[in-house]
Amino acid sequence: MKTERTFLGVPIVKPKVGFFDLSSCEGCQLQMLNNEASLLDFLSLVEIVNFREGMKEKSDDYDIAFVEGSVTRADEEERLKIIRRNAGVVVALGSCACFGGVNQLKNRFNDLEWVKRQVYGDFPIETQEAKPISAFVKVDLEIYGCPIKKEEVEKIVTKLVLGQEITHPNYPVCMECKANENVCLFDLGEPCLGPVTRAGCDSWCPSNRMGCWGCRGPAPAANLKQLEKIAEQKNISKERLLDRLECFGGFGEAAREMRTKVEGGR
Amino acid sequence: MKVNCNIDIKHLTRVEGHGSIQIRIEDGKVRKANWEVVETPRFFEAMLVGKHYENAPYICGRICGICSIGHTLASIRAIENGFEFTPSEQTGKLRILLKHMETLQSHILHLYFLAAPDFLGVGSVLPLVDTHPEVVQAALRLKLLANDMCDEVGGRRLHPTRTVVGGFTMLPDKYQLKNFQQRLKDSLADLTASADLFATFVIPVFQRETEFVSLKGEGDYPFIGGRLVSTDGVIKEEHEYRAMSNEYMADWSTSKLSRLSRKSLAVGALARLNNNFNGLGPPAREISEKLGLTPVNHNPFMNNVAQLVECVQVVMQSIEIIDTLLDTPWQEPKQRLEVKEGIGVGAVEVPRGILYHCLEFDKEGRIKKADCVIPTSQNHANIHHDIEDLAEWCVEQGKNDKEIELIAEMLVRAYDPCISCSVH
Repeated sequence: MKTERTFLGVPIVKPKVGFFDLSSCEGCQLQMLNNEASLLDFLSLVEIVNFREGMKEKSDDYDIAFVEGSVTRADEEERLKIIRRNAGVVVALGSCACFGGVNQLKNRFNDLEWVKRQVYGDFPIETQEAKPISAFVKVDLEIYGCPIKKEEVEKIVTKLVLGQEITHPNYPVCMECKANENVCLFDLGEPCLGPVTRAGCDSWCPSNRMGCWGCRGPAPAANLKQLEKIAEQKNISKERLLDRLECFGGFGEAAREMRTKVEGGR
Repeated sequence: MKVNCNIDIKHLTRVEGHGSIQIRIEDGKVRKANWEVVETPRFFEAMLVGKHYENAPYICGRICGICSIGHTLASIRAIENGFEFTPSEQTGKLRILLKHMETLQSHILHLYFLAAPDFLGVGSVLPLVDTHPEVVQAALRLKLLANDMCDEVGGRRLHPTRTVVGGFTMLPDKYQLKNFQQRLKDSLADLTASADLFATFVIPVFQRETEFVSLKGEGDYPFIGGRLVSTDGVIKEEHEYRAMSNEYMADWSTSKLSRLSRKSLAVGALARLNNNFNGLGPPAREISEKLGLTPVNHNPFMNNVAQLVECVQVVMQSIEIIDTLLDTPWQEPKQRLEVKEGIGVGAVEVPRGILYHCLEFDKEGRIKKADCVIPTSQNHANIHHDIEDLAEWCVEQGKNDKEIELIAEMLVRAYDPCISCSVH
């Protein structure tokens, strides 16, 4: 480990960092490269030793492992367990790693053979139910979002390097949206999970007039009953609410309950 | 001395997704030369079944972290075509502008971060931060500009938030557009410097004749919708995409593969340029000729050069588009459309080549069937056959193990494959 920088006079130890991808679009890794203005500063804070998408050299000697993607095949389970053994800290990067992400949308059919046939016909192909990485290994830290927000990650990584406590907001996206003085999307007839989704993205989607899809999972203080009531008052169908609740896997049981209601109502 | 080598590259680096290369040469005889795709499938086409149409662009954008804008736009076009809806001129211009900036962002990422390190003899862009700071700074400036513009037009650089069926949820700020136009003009200096840099790179003189497939422009360089064309003379309409891609499976790949008139076909920047060279504007054309790229070029390594030429093309076109947007008052961002039972196809030229989305709807607009044909899956068979020929070529050239390994890696990287995409 190298010590180059200091914080309040104390030398900072530069941790060795690896980035790994399971089933995903690899977009969260790219987000790390996507903040060009602060990229070089960020790179000076850590020593990247394993980043297949960006570099040829690789090492199994790392302190922090950022894992993107969900587990959808047996070999990924194995890779993940090896990463866990090698790393001091395992960070789940993005909604696929935290909740299964969009990949878990295939689980709702409860019939993997049908799913395989839809795409590959009779060609043999291996897959299993998409699951978050916490279903297989201990996860030390979760960074939410589809995609992750680079500013938030930089803040979290800085705290990790400096050994400071990391906390996520327990209030919902709705609070950030109000602070941003946006027009409420419910008033525009759009469904939005802002009232129940964990904040931290600075109401990224609603600020662009797209209702929240809940990619960061539920806020601890989420009131789903109330959300259902608001949607009903605004004439937004349960099906549209369901589309969002089940999109990224963060709402688990609540989404399954909503699916039962929607299918019962058809 | 006879060439002997045994190369087994598991999970090739500096490409998107998971693929492997195996080459075995014994006493100058190629025993094995393989490109293998081992990526896990995610089953997007199944996920969409039963979902209301408005989910498709949002979910399909997540097929890819690099070309999420392209996937979003392909789904939107499939839906709008299926509902027989024509977007407004303003929406069309904004979508092209957004598409252009994704192309710029993706090409720069590939050229500088994934491809250039090989030509400069390093393992990643990281050592270049110290040895070639001006190169890294130029790359970051170009990428930042493209990404900033994607934020302004599409709401977000990755997985866009403003792009919806019927148009946009909100419009960009004209004052910002004006600023971006200036930054685009300024970026031409960085692009010229990039062309000078790439002119110093030694590009392997390797050729394998193949069939190039892309959209066909009508006097322009095409990116969204239109006719499909191949260098072997095949012409099809957008909705006939299946006859152009002919997907099949093979046991060495979890991705589907494509062919048309020959055993494989190629899509991407080189294919677009080979089919639409006359549609390039004068500055892009000039750089292309300067770098020795004229149609029909069959050297896969020249895809890097074609990407650079396209960077100039999209920057020049974007400057013009912004001019016309600034000259007209804003219309409504989004139009309403009527849901219809039927099928729609959207063909979009994304950075790695032509992408097709096909969606079939019931009368309430719920998706009955979905099909996405990805550029990299169309390229896989071509990459595989290139690797075979490249191994033979290396034998002729008397290359050693290390050289063969590097050149094989460079060949795959030249395609800028997006493997997770291909096994969506």
